Amino acid sequence: MNKKNSRNLLAVLLIGLMIVGLVGCGAKQDKAPQESAKPVVQDVILATTTSTQDSGLLDVLIPAFEKKTGYKVKTIAVGTGQALAMGEKGEADVLLVHAPDAEKKVVASGAAINRLMVMHNDFIIVGAVDDVAKTKGQTVAAAMEAIAKAQAPFLSRGDKSGTHQMEQKLWKQAGVVPSGSWYQEVGAGMGQTLNIANEKKGYTLTDRATFLAQKKNLALEILVEGDAKLLNIYHVMEVNPEKFAKVNNAGAKAFSAFLVSSEGQALISTFGKDKYGQALFFADAGKTEKDFGL
Amino acid sequence: MDSIFSGLLQALYLLVNGDAEVYEVAILTIKVSGFATLLSVSIGIPVGLWLALKEFPGKRFFLSLINFGMGLPPVVVGLFVSLFLWRYGPLGMLGIMYTVWAMIIAQAVIASPIVAGLSFAALSGLNPKLRLQLLSLGATEWQANWLLIKEAKLGLLAAVMAGFGGVVSEVGASMMVGGNIKGQTRVLTTATVMEVGKGNYDIALALSFVLLIVVYGIVALLTYMQNSGKRDSV
Repeated sequence: MNKKNSRNLLAVLLIGLMIVGLVGCGAKQDKAPQESAKPVVQDVILATTTSTQDSGLLDVLIPAFEKKTGYKVKTIAVGTGQALAMGEKGEADVLLVHAPDAEKKVVASGAAINRLMVMHNDFIIVGAVDDVAKTKGQTVAAAMEAIAKAQAPFLSRGDKSGTHQMEQKLWKQAGVVPSGSWYQEVGAGMGQTLNIANEKKGYTLTDRATFLAQKKNLALEILVEGDAKLLNIYHVMEVNPEKFAKVNNAGAKAFSAFLVSSEGQALISTFGKDKYGQALFFADAGKTEKDFGL
Repeated sequence: MDSIFSGLLQALYLLVNGDAEVYEVAILTIKVSGFATLLSVSIGIPVGLWLALKEFPGKRFFLSLINFGMGLPPVVVGLFVSLFLWRYGPLGMLGIMYTVWAMIIAQAVIASPIVAGLSFAALSGLNPKLRLQLLSLGATEWQANWLLIKEAKLGLLAAVMAGFGGVVSEVGASMMVGGNIKGQTRVLTTATVMEVGKGNYDIALALSFVLLIVVYGIVALLTYMQNSGKRDSV
């Protein structure tokens, strides 16, 4: 009896050791390439919006950048509000975001530098096919007024993301203060918000890229588009190394340079063409907001 | 209904074809949660043993804290661990935010009270005179402790399973301190959330099935250990 018991205990111990060994090996493997790689500090923390991840763009850009430079990008895909907050605390190295007004404040505060335009696409208002508020083809302001008047369910991101900030601006411009049970703040990423809008047969404001990437699961259609107010511009910024000594500015500079390089811009402007028949983003390196009349 | 079925098919397809990314994510999940569980066992079982053996003032209060810890919300743990590990946090010099180590720490914080609380329950269930008997028979302190642990094996392995189950299924803390970085900190739960966000329900379902298989595999192994030799000890 005792023999058998101790044999079992031995087995338990051995398995425990094996797991420790496995983890140990894994950790060593993780560290080895870090020492042999070219850049001094290899990890670059990129704080960005969910739309760049949910649309699949980063899956194209990041591997190309890593291969070219030897940096390793740690992508933290959150709403633009949170991404900017990470920059303001020095917890990220480089920011790829889309809320121009909020970005300018961060640059003005000195937390971020070298803000460069990378690309744009546009926001669209999508909704169920029956379109209870009759918004189809209207201007943004008229459409939003109609939604509020009809008390049709509108799903707001509610997370201070670039899309949410744009939505708030649009309500303001339409002269509507959205409140009531029809106005629902979901506090989720763009992809998840589209799912919820789909289930609730509601309206929502989305960037075109995420919508096209998810269209296969959605019974929603584009109702409002093409209004000049709906421009969605993405900028890249480096977190200021003079303010935050711990940031990896060399890595941030390299990533930002890659995005606006001809190689990065080509990847951006061709992304999605094969899958969706149209580009999801338009490359804008070298342009400024003045080129868009802003 | 359709999507469940196609998800199941996709899961099988990914598994049978040995989709490299899914395997990588699955293996990382086992490593991170396995290591976190080991850490929590090495903290939780001694604490449970100590609580079961020693009487001291304020013990009940301490126990209530442990029991409270068993229900710690993972997102709260994730937030606190983040605050400590951020570059400009008190432990920022370690530089382990957004690495597997940050995830292991967060998961160990979540699992340790679970293991400690259930270990205490398992060890308190033993006859209190057993230890005295062992000591009087000439066992050293350590030998006696070891024999008690062996005696409470059934309950202790249940504690380990509960701890592992708690961390492997957790998503809030892992997302916050790990960041769901491809190839580095992406585990099955965070990958599933991301794929749902991307609208790839088939892949999300496939990942869920892989997670279920991983959890079942580990728990089955522990259950086997739990019951082996049981016949003899009766």
